[in-house]
Amino acid sequence: MQFLSYLVNGISLGSIYAVIALGYTMVYGIARMLNFAHGDVIMVGGYIAYTVMTTMGMPTLAGICTAVLVCTLLGVAIERVAYKPLREAPSLAVLITAIGMSYLLQNLALLIFGSAPKSFSSVVALQPLRLFGGALIITGEALTTILVSALIMVCLTLFVNKTKVGHAMQAVSEDKGAAQLMGINVNATISLTFAIGSALAAVAGVLLCSAYPSLTPTTGAMPGIKAFVAAVFGGIGSIPGAMLGGVLLGVIQSLSTAYISSQMADAIVFGVLIVVLLVRPTGILGKQTREKV
Amino acid sequence: MKKFLSFMLALCLVVSLAACGSTSSSTPAADNAPADGAAGPAATGTVIRIGGIGPVTGSAAEYGLAVRGGAEIAVAELNARGGQQYELKFEDDEHDPEKAVNAYNSLKDWGMQVLMGTVTSAPSIAVEAETAADNMFQLTPSGSAEDCIKEPNAFRMCFSDPEQGALSADYIAEKGLATKVAVIYDSSDSYSSGIHDAFIAEAKVKGLEVVADEAFTADSNKDFNVQLGKAKSAGAELLFMPFYYSEAALVLQQANAMDYAPVFFGCDGMDGLLAVENFDASLAEGLMLMTPFTAAATDEMTVSFVTKYKEAYGQEPNQFAADAYDCIYAIDAAIQKAGVTGDMDASAICDALKGAFTEIELDGLTGKGITWDVSGAPTKSPLVFVIENGAYEAA
Repeated sequence: MQFLSYLVNGISLGSIYAVIALGYTMVYGIARMLNFAHGDVIMVGGYIAYTVMTTMGMPTLAGICTAVLVCTLLGVAIERVAYKPLREAPSLAVLITAIGMSYLLQNLALLIFGSAPKSFSSVVALQPLRLFGGALIITGEALTTILVSALIMVCLTLFVNKTKVGHAMQAVSEDKGAAQLMGINVNATISLTFAIGSALAAVAGVLLCSAYPSLTPTTGAMPGIKAFVAAVFGGIGSIPGAMLGGVLLGVIQSLSTAYISSQMADAIVFGVLIVVLLVRPTGILGKQTREKV
Repeated sequence: MKKFLSFMLALCLVVSLAACGSTSSSTPAADNAPADGAAGPAATGTVIRIGGIGPVTGSAAEYGLAVRGGAEIAVAELNARGGQQYELKFEDDEHDPEKAVNAYNSLKDWGMQVLMGTVTSAPSIAVEAETAADNMFQLTPSGSAEDCIKEPNAFRMCFSDPEQGALSADYIAEKGLATKVAVIYDSSDSYSSGIHDAFIAEAKVKGLEVVADEAFTADSNKDFNVQLGKAKSAGAELLFMPFYYSEAALVLQQANAMDYAPVFFGCDGMDGLLAVENFDASLAEGLMLMTPFTAAATDEMTVSFVTKYKEAYGQEPNQFAADAYDCIYAIDAAIQKAGVTGDMDASAICDALKGAFTEIELDGLTGKGITWDVSGAPTKSPLVFVIENGAYEAA
C-alpha cells in the first residue's frame, strides 16, 4: 500500500513536470531554441493567480483566467522583444538572452512581491480520495493535476496533427525557409507557439502552487530545470515524449527517495537520464534524424 | 522603435539602481546615532568605532539588513544613555568571502576598533583569518559554523548548529515528548545537516529511537510526501524539522493531507512560519520550536526592541536583529569591565576584551545570563514555544 501511495505521488509530481515540459518542447520543436525563461513564466502565473484570488478576493476561475491571459501576453511579448531580433543569430546568443530574461523576471518579481514566501490557496475543491480504509490517500490536487495534464497532452496532440495551424507549426519546425515559400507566416506561427506555451505555463503555475502552496520569486526555477530535463528525457520536440519524460522523472524520483536513499534521489534521477541519453541520444520518443552536411 | 526600446531599458536600469541605492543608504537610526551621541549628556572619553560586515544586498540580504538594523538600534540606545559613545559603520559583503575581506580592509582604513561580524558563516571564516593576524576583536552575531570562532580573538553570539541539535534532543527526551522520532532535513544545507548530525548523535545517548531519517535537497524542496509517508508508516510520534519555515509550511500542509499528525518540532529557522502571507495557521497548531528569540515574546525588553525596530524599518525583527542588538550590548559590557577607552588601538582593545568577555554576564534579547568561555562560544538556554491558537506560547 505504501508502494501505491509513493507511485501516485510520483505520477502527480511528474504530471506537473510534464505540463511544464510541454512548453519547453513545443518552443524547441518549432523555434529551435531553449526558452529558459519558461520556468519563470510559471512563477508569474502563480503570482498573478495569487494576486487576483487572495489579494483582490476574486473567484478562483477569474484568477486562473487572468493568469492564463497575462502569461500568454507575457510570452508573446518576451518573444517579440528578446528572441525575435535574434532569430538569425547563433543559438548560443539566444540561449544567453533566455537566461537573462529568466533572471529579469525573477528580479522583477522580487521587487514587486518581495522575497518572503506566500501561501497559495489551492484552486482544487475536490475532497481527497480515501481508499482501502484510509491506507491510501490521494489528494484532490494530485487527481486534478494528473487529469489536467493528460487532457492538455491529448488536446495539444490533436491540435498539432489535425488543424491547419498545427500543420503550419509542423512545417515551420521541419524547414523555416520552405514553410515561408509555401505561404506560411513563420513569425505568426512562432508567436502562436509562444502564446500556447506560456498559457500552459500559467496552468502549470496554478497546478504547481496548488499542490505545493509556497510561492516565492524562485518558485519556477527548479521545476523549470527539472521539466527541461524531462523534455530531453522524453525526446525534446515530441509532445507525448514530454509527457512520458515528466511522469517517468516524477516516478523515479519518488521511488528512489522511498526505496533507495533520500539523499541520493536527485543523483539517481540524473544518472538514469545520462544512461538513457547514452543509449538514445534523442531521448525516449525523440526522432532519430541524421544531420545533413 | 529601437530608440524607444533602448530608452525603456535605460529607464529600467536607472530604476533598479535607484532601488539598490535606497536599500544601502543609511537608515534613520544611523543618522540619529551620532547626533544623539553629540547631544548626549556627559560624553566621556572618545568614541569607539565598531565596524559591521554583512550582506545587505544579494540573496542573503535579509540577514545582513536585520543585523545592521538591530545593531543601529543598540548603538543609538547606548549613545543616548551617555557614558561611552560608539560609532557604527556597516559594510556590505554580499555573502561573499572575498568581498567580506575587502569590506574588512575598508573598515580598518576608517579606523575600526572592534568588529561586529560577519553575519554569515563562510565570509566570517575568511575575515577571521585577517582579524587573527591583526589582533582585532571579532564578535559574530550569527556565524553558526564551528570554525567561526576557532581563533582566540573570535567570539560568537548565536548557538552553533550542533548545539541546537543536541539541545533539541535533550529537550525532547527530558519532557518525554516521544520515544519514536523521525527526522527530515536538508542535506544540501550546512545549517540543517549540522543540526541533524548532532541531533541523531544526542538522540542515541538519550535513548530516543530514530525510526526514520530522511533527507531532501535545495533542488527538490517541494515534495515531502515520500519522506512523510516513511515517517508515518514507521510510527514516529514526533517529527524533528531542522530547516526553514518556507519548507516547513509545505511539510505541514502535506502531512495534513495524509492525515499524519505527530508532534512537529523545529529550531530557530522555523521562526517566521506564522508570518507567511495567507498561511493557514491551523496547520501549525501544536507545533513546537526551540529558538533563542522571537518577536512574539511579551517581556519588556523584547517589546521595546520590537517597537523600535518596527518604527525604524517597518517590519518585525528576526533572530538576526536580536543577535546583533545583543552583540553591541555585550561589547559595551566587556568594554566597561575592561575599562577600555576610545584612544586605545585595536590590538590593545582586543587583548582587553578577550579576557573581559569570559567574565561578563549579559541579560539580552536572546537569553538571560549569557556567558562566554575562552573558546568564544556562548552559554545560554534556548526558549521553547508551542503554537496555540495561532500564537506562540511558552512551552
